[in-house]
Amino acid sequence: MSSEPREGRRDDRGGRQGGGGGRRFIRTRKSCKFCADKVDYIDYKDSRMLGTYIPERGKILPRRISGTCAPHQRMLATAIKRARNCALLPFATD
Amino acid sequence: MRVYEVLFIVAPNVEEGDIETLVTQFSDIATNQGATVAKVDRMGRRRLAYPIGKFNEGHYIVLTIEGTGSEIAEIERRMRVSDAVIRYITIRIDEDLKRAEKFAVRRAARAAAGRGRSRSRKTEPVLPIGSDDDDEEDED
Repeated sequence: MSSEPREGRRDDRGGRQGGGGGRRFIRTRKSCKFCADKVDYIDYKDSRMLGTYIPERGKILPRRISGTCAPHQRMLATAIKRARNCALLPFATD
Repeated sequence: MRVYEVLFIVAPNVEEGDIETLVTQFSDIATNQGATVAKVDRMGRRRLAYPIGKFNEGHYIVLTIEGTGSEIAEIERRMRVSDAVIRYITIRIDEDLKRAEKFAVRRAARAAAGRGRSRSRKTEPVLPIGSDDDDEEDED
């Protein structure tokens, strides 16, 4: 019995549980680039690296698109905000 | 002791020599108050991502200062007054560095443990240790 809820949880994670049928996405697992490179501290002065995480509009690329893990996304966000303050990155571009 | 990174941007119309005097001036303030300037990083002349005042370029300089914090207040006060400095930002980095170090140590320990484990079982040569670790973390 105790194993059942666990399986349920795992299903949740896999996607929609017995959803409306129809569309199924085969998703390749995105991975955190910072974890792969074993980055412990994201430097706000490295504007070239940070630039890859700001699309044209100048916003911060969301985690669901870049695949960055939560701790690294947090570090990245603060780094980008610091870089913006010292004109290394734009606040907004059009 | 705290470690600070003081980044400041000097206006592009300031002479190289004057920049040097600014740098020595700020470092002197720090050393006079008992702090040490660990590093002076001149990032050089760079384009600004957006205009500041009426400038589109600036000289970027980073001072890494180890001190108590009181010297930072004095340096920032000077920068505010100075016309040559068009932007400054101070960031305390010792806590971040400590955290980064902790992560590195933990990762090293885990890698060592993982190696021991896989050796005691049958030999699993295929996966490199780093990627193995990352997978485990995700599934938790």
